[in-house]
Amino acid sequence: MKSGAQILIEGLKEQGVDIIFGYPGGVVLPIYDELYDADIRHILVRHEQAAIHAADGYARASGKTGVCLATSGPGACNLVTGLATAYMDSIPVVAITGQVPTSLLGNDAFQESDITGITMPVTKHNYLVQDARDLKRIIREAFYIAGTGRKGPVLIDIPKDVSTAMVPDTDGPDDQPRLRGYKPRCQGHSRMIQRAVDLLLQAKRPIIYAGGGVILSDASTELVTLAERLCMPVTTTLMGLGCIPTDHPLNLGMLGMHGTEYANYAITESDLLFSIGVRFDDRVTGKIEAFAPQAKVIHIDIDPAEIGKNKQPDVPIVGDAKSVLTDIIKKIPESCPHPEWSETVAGWKKNHPLRYNSDGKLYPQFVIKTLAKILADKGVIVSEVGQNQMWTAQWFKFTRPRQWISSGGLGTMGYGFPASMGAHFACPDQPVVVLAGDGSFQMNIQELGTVAQYNIPVKVIVLNNQFLGMVRQWQQLFYEHRYSYTELPEVHFERIAKAYGIEGATVTRASDVEAAIRTALLHPGPYVLDIRVEREENVFPMVPAGANISEMIVGHHTEHEEG
Amino acid sequence: MTAHIFSVLVEDSPGVLSRVTGLFSRRGFNIESLAVGHCEQPDTSRITIVVTGNDVQIEQVKKQLNKLIEVIKVLDVSEYEHVERELALIKIRAEPGTARSEIMQIAGIFRAKIIDVGLDTLVVEVTGDSGKITAIEDLLKPYGILELVRTGKIALQRGSALVSSGK
Ligand SMILES: Cc1cc2nc3c(=O)[nH]c(=O)nc-3n(C[C@H](O)[C@H](O)[C@H](O)COP(=O)(O)OP(=O)(O)OC[C@H]3O[C@@H](n4cnc5c(N)ncnc54)[C@H](O)[C@@H]3O)c2cc1C
Ligand SMILES: Cc1ncc(C[n+]2csc(CCOP(=O)(O)OP(=O)(O)O)c2C)c(N)n1
Repeated sequence: MKSGAQILIEGLKEQGVDIIFGYPGGVVLPIYDELYDADIRHILVRHEQAAIHAADGYARASGKTGVCLATSGPGACNLVTGLATAYMDSIPVVAITGQVPTSLLGNDAFQESDITGITMPVTKHNYLVQDARDLKRIIREAFYIAGTGRKGPVLIDIPKDVSTAMVPDTDGPDDQPRLRGYKPRCQGHSRMIQRAVDLLLQAKRPIIYAGGGVILSDASTELVTLAERLCMPVTTTLMGLGCIPTDHPLNLGMLGMHGTEYANYAITESDLLFSIGVRFDDRVTGKIEAFAPQAKVIHIDIDPAEIGKNKQPDVPIVGDAKSVLTDIIKKIPESCPHPEWSETVAGWKKNHPLRYNSDGKLYPQFVIKTLAKILADKGVIVSEVGQNQMWTAQWFKFTRPRQWISSGGLGTMGYGFPASMGAHFACPDQPVVVLAGDGSFQMNIQELGTVAQYNIPVKVIVLNNQFLGMVRQWQQLFYEHRYSYTELPEVHFERIAKAYGIEGATVTRASDVEAAIRTALLHPGPYVLDIRVEREENVFPMVPAGANISEMIVGHHTEHEEG
Repeated sequence: MTAHIFSVLVEDSPGVLSRVTGLFSRRGFNIESLAVGHCEQPDTSRITIVVTGNDVQIEQVKKQLNKLIEVIKVLDVSEYEHVERELALIKIRAEPGTARSEIMQIAGIFRAKIIDVGLDTLVVEVTGDSGKITAIEDLLKPYGILELVRTGKIALQRGSALVSSGK
């Protein structure tokens, strides 16, 4: 006989889980008691939201499924934002929550909340376990669902009496996943693949539009191979950054609202849009009718519901990006250059680079450029949300997939810092750096307690502009400079860090940036670097919401080009 | 905008109905009628949902339903030759006398059944497609309909085709 809690822990180990992020409470006491001497590491966070973001960061950096644990009621409710964040970006997470005993369910018992009801729209699936004998099967199903097909978060709600119940330890047919309605499809349809190949070989101005699906599918190598073979420029979404190195000659960087001018021009002029693991998000397409208006569209996506949701493709291919790209590559043995198109694209790239001012002031873009120079091909880069996120996306030089961790679909402020803790445990040998705004950092700043307690050596660089910068930018551009409730008072992040026993520094001059970053990176533990950047710098280029993506506001920057 | 009849085979588990209906409200699809019950397979229910929308919306409904883990199979029955039925119970004011016999005549024409007779009321049970039920409702209205309840539509494909398991 075994207790439900024992079955849970063994089930997690069977799935290869070696770390979970959590926060205890009454109804999870039996599970915590089991964890006390289990060989699974548990990181005690300071807020359940951080537990799920950390599990999510772990998943993004490692490709494995992240796990978090919370108590019922308030603990479970604190996971909701994190579930929605993971759901929007298709990140595999298993969240375990405690629940009041089955006899009290529906009774408005102390710390009861209907968490399966609450999280239905933000999970791929969820379970309320009513019988400890179902637990083994449910854990297997949960991990299978979270980590296959279009990945996503799964929640398992476990009433206290299910954790304590003693049940026979079986491993029979009833303990195997039983998922009649879930059969993710991997292989692309061969006729569609042939049609895609035909279009690819005919195209004169082809472009690849690659996204998060390429990262999730571990298909970066295939993507770069195909792009090189067909001499096709590649632009990626925010979620696709890293699937081709920033410095690769075919890479056009990010497209969309804050994409590069040349990526948006190339999309607009292309005659074939080869879309891989992307969902035609409105931040990317702007006005959808004007998005790649001359192009035939091929769309590879593992989720049939994404195909035709926003843009009707000429060739729909449902399948895993890696599998489909492999099939396509086999059918394109020779290289197939497009000299004219390559020249046009190169011209845009040369004439419309990303820019910022070079008047000696401390600009956030300079901080990121400097960080990129120092890290070279090392590092996992995590962003918060807002201008800091866009500048990092534009100016960091990514060299590999899973190097970039950012909340794209939900845009969750407060995501980055906790996610960086997970990234560290996924990649303990890599420096992990968070680029934060002062607003976002303060949304989960309490995790300084966690990084101090476990000496998690993440480096937080606060691009401190004393504004909710991204919102301020919109107010400046579209609301006549009326900065309604977006100014933040000065905060001394270095002093806050020190109160937690964490090292830190404050930088106010551009000339000190490089040395400060080097010091932070050399420091063996966590570090907070408060960099006081130009307060009203804007992110450009910018496509106003709902406009045509070739109509960008480019700003008035003078010198300092990328490179 | 046309009405579509989805026949959805689902795991017979608690919460499955709210997953399905939640999906409709969340994505802004309107449910016109809904009928749920056990079906020929064990541990399986069939939900019949009538929804109106344009082609793109209907395609999304179908794909989104298919994404639910507990949904085993989705079929747009209205795309095929099919039979469909609804059932209505209608309580009508029917004083003994001419009214009562007229009502019974109407019921006869519609092959409806009188399933309850009160001192001054009758309950009529009628099955058929929506048109037939609306027609009898219209005819009975002048006598004074006190209460009316209609089930959601249910439907099956004609012939030997089945909405079998497997997506
Ligand atoms: C302030 C802010 C500004 C932003 N500005 C921009 C911007 O300028 N440009 C930009 O690009 N984004 C921007 N974003 C991000 C944007 O909101 C979306 O998150 C992002 O564009 C979506 O990326 P994606 O299309 O790659 O899809 P993802 O959300 O990454 O989805 C992945 C897609 O791939 C599919 N998929 C999953 N697994 C596989 C597989 N194995 N094989 C094949 N397909 C698979 C999924 O079904 C899904 O359709 C911004 C976000 C914020 C918060
Ligand atoms: C939880 C949450 N609340 C509100 C927003 C809306 N929002 C998007 S960007 C932004 C400002 C971010 O400010 P800061 O973190 O200081 O970063 P900056 O833009 O200045 O780099 C806000 C409020 C959000 N994305 N997330």
